[in-house]
Amino acid sequence: MTPLEVVTAVLLVGGAFFGFVAVVGVLRLPDLYSRAHATSKSDTLGVLLTLIAVSIVFDAQLATVKALLLAVFLFVTNPTAAHAIARSAYDQGIAPIIGGRR
Amino acid sequence: MIAGMLVGATVAFLLFAIALVYRAVVGPTMQDRVIAVNAIGTNTVVILALVAVIAGEQMYLDVALVYALLNFLLSIAISKFAVERGGVI
Repeated sequence: MTPLEVVTAVLLVGGAFFGFVAVVGVLRLPDLYSRAHATSKSDTLGVLLTLIAVSIVFDAQLATVKALLLAVFLFVTNPTAAHAIARSAYDQGIAPIIGGRR
Repeated sequence: MIAGMLVGATVAFLLFAIALVYRAVVGPTMQDRVIAVNAIGTNTVVILALVAVIAGEQMYLDVALVYALLNFLLSIAISKFAVERGGVI
């Protein structure tokens, strides 16, 4: 394996791992706000690693720029969307769990 | 080697998206469902990018870019709608 293939393999495994962490967080955490935290941080990191791996596999074409653009766009918008949804929930009066009590 | 790992990552993200459907169906509040649908859309964008690599079709990356834009628009629009109309959707 060339070093670039090793880097790609590590990025793919890391992306799948953080995607798995995000899914476990969304399914298992007790609260809307903690679920938003799981999806906005772990899922963003998993997506970012996988898209960087994709842009490495397309070596030096126009598609590399497109994949990196997609990664930057998701890196900005995914936490913003989760923040907007959590803020709308707070404005509606859905209380967070603080110290084990609602 | 790398081709097999790309297929494996695609299958993994597909299974994650299917698992997130549980939260979109069950989720007690409306915002839980929106967060789950947003995460499913993000996984779909990754699946589209990986399929673009596997099939060698660069056109799928444009599809993924538009899908990411619409996914972001959905979340912002629903959160705005929920605040202004009292959360009935």
